[in-house]
Amino acid sequence: MKQLKKREVFTVSESSPKVRVATTSLAGCFGCHMSFLDMDERIVGLLEHVEFSRSPINDIKHCEPCDIGLIEGALCNADNVHVLKEFRDNCKIIIAVGACAINGGVPAMRNHFTLKECLEEAFLDEIGVDNPHIPNDVEIPLLLNKVHPIHEVVKVDYYLPGCPPPADAFVKILTDLLEGREPSLPKEMLHYD
Amino acid sequence: MSDPMKKTIIIDGVEIPFEEGQTIMDAALAADIYIPHLCHKPGLSPHGSCKLCTVDVNGRAVSSCTMPAEAGQEIANNTASLNEARKTITQMLFIEGNHLCPSCEKTGDCTLQAIGYHLGMLDGHFPQFYPRREVDASHGSLVLDRDRCIMCELCVRASRECDGKDVFAISGRGTKRQLVVNSPTGRLVDSDIELDDMAAHICPVGAILIKDHGYEVPIGRRTFDLHSVSETDLDEVILKKTKHHDQEHETAEKEGGVYGV
Repeated sequence: MKQLKKREVFTVSESSPKVRVATTSLAGCFGCHMSFLDMDERIVGLLEHVEFSRSPINDIKHCEPCDIGLIEGALCNADNVHVLKEFRDNCKIIIAVGACAINGGVPAMRNHFTLKECLEEAFLDEIGVDNPHIPNDVEIPLLLNKVHPIHEVVKVDYYLPGCPPPADAFVKILTDLLEGREPSLPKEMLHYD
Repeated sequence: MSDPMKKTIIIDGVEIPFEEGQTIMDAALAADIYIPHLCHKPGLSPHGSCKLCTVDVNGRAVSSCTMPAEAGQEIANNTASLNEARKTITQMLFIEGNHLCPSCEKTGDCTLQAIGYHLGMLDGHFPQFYPRREVDASHGSLVLDRDRCIMCELCVRASRECDGKDVFAISGRGTKRQLVVNSPTGRLVDSDIELDDMAAHICPVGAILIKDHGYEVPIGRRTFDLHSVSETDLDEVILKKTKHHDQEHETAEKEGGVYGV
């Protein structure tokens, strides 16, 4: 990985000179995070310039003020919406990562059915269901009637397509942002599948 | 030819010949100049529905697939503003259907997708329609997924003009339009369509599929892994969100612009 150069625009404060990145998976499969980690040993170089706020790879419970938020997955329940808004309130740059965040992805196939049909199939009618009832504990976030891409709820700054995007695409977009360039992808890294 | 009055048109500064009766698209295809298109196929009557082949002829926007070539036309094709408008059209096509490429058997072989790549499309920009149209899997060897149909009517024209049948049609109005099957039951199994028909294979997207033949080509060897939809492709895709016509209108409205008070 070529030497990353930090630019002032990404510096939160004197005491926190590293660029802060938060990541989350909403209605995602964690595949985009795995693809992110597929940058392999290049993550060592990245960590010299980046520190992570809330992310599934650490223990931080809430998104702190950050430079970049990587959002994987679509919106399928109320909790997804709260988390997404917390990220938007705290991140200077929001990147929609992967097909789900961009257009709902494969989970949006449930939009072909009503929510009632989906719940009844899963919890009442499916073969082998024991004690059939639709879970109704207040701890469980309610499902949205439809799955939605994240840009329908918050402003998105950049889109990284793919299911998942290639590891090289994560390296490219982060390198461009760290070096203060408008991010771009070589054509061969652009795919929707 | 020795004729000093040789008939030519100029596309992006390149002078190309045409024959009487050819459209701008015909002449461009013959000269290996790529004009993005989805609903056009040489040999079938032009349709003019996808609007991707819009070019500027002497400063006026026209569909090149229906516009006759005329000597002296100065045509702009591969320009930033036309490609931006084409990208917006492609985004409209994506959000109007359920184009979930990761689970589609046509991915990598789909012209709509390849045009998305060609134009550097990253997202759908507009709110998703998420249509709920009926899948017809009644036929033994074909399946019809209407949520992916872009209503280019290539199948309609192929069936009528080449197969000598009349299997498909578009029915309904506005956003309720959809592909229908001309059979007593409206189902594919009760129509005249056969696997050898051109209509069974012409679909540029994943709406008409051959059963039991999905995912046969390894990733990296599919049609558009090996070839781009044009030879004049972009090298790099800028990830910055570009301004849309609808946003320009919003701004204009706020400023009391084109739409007045």
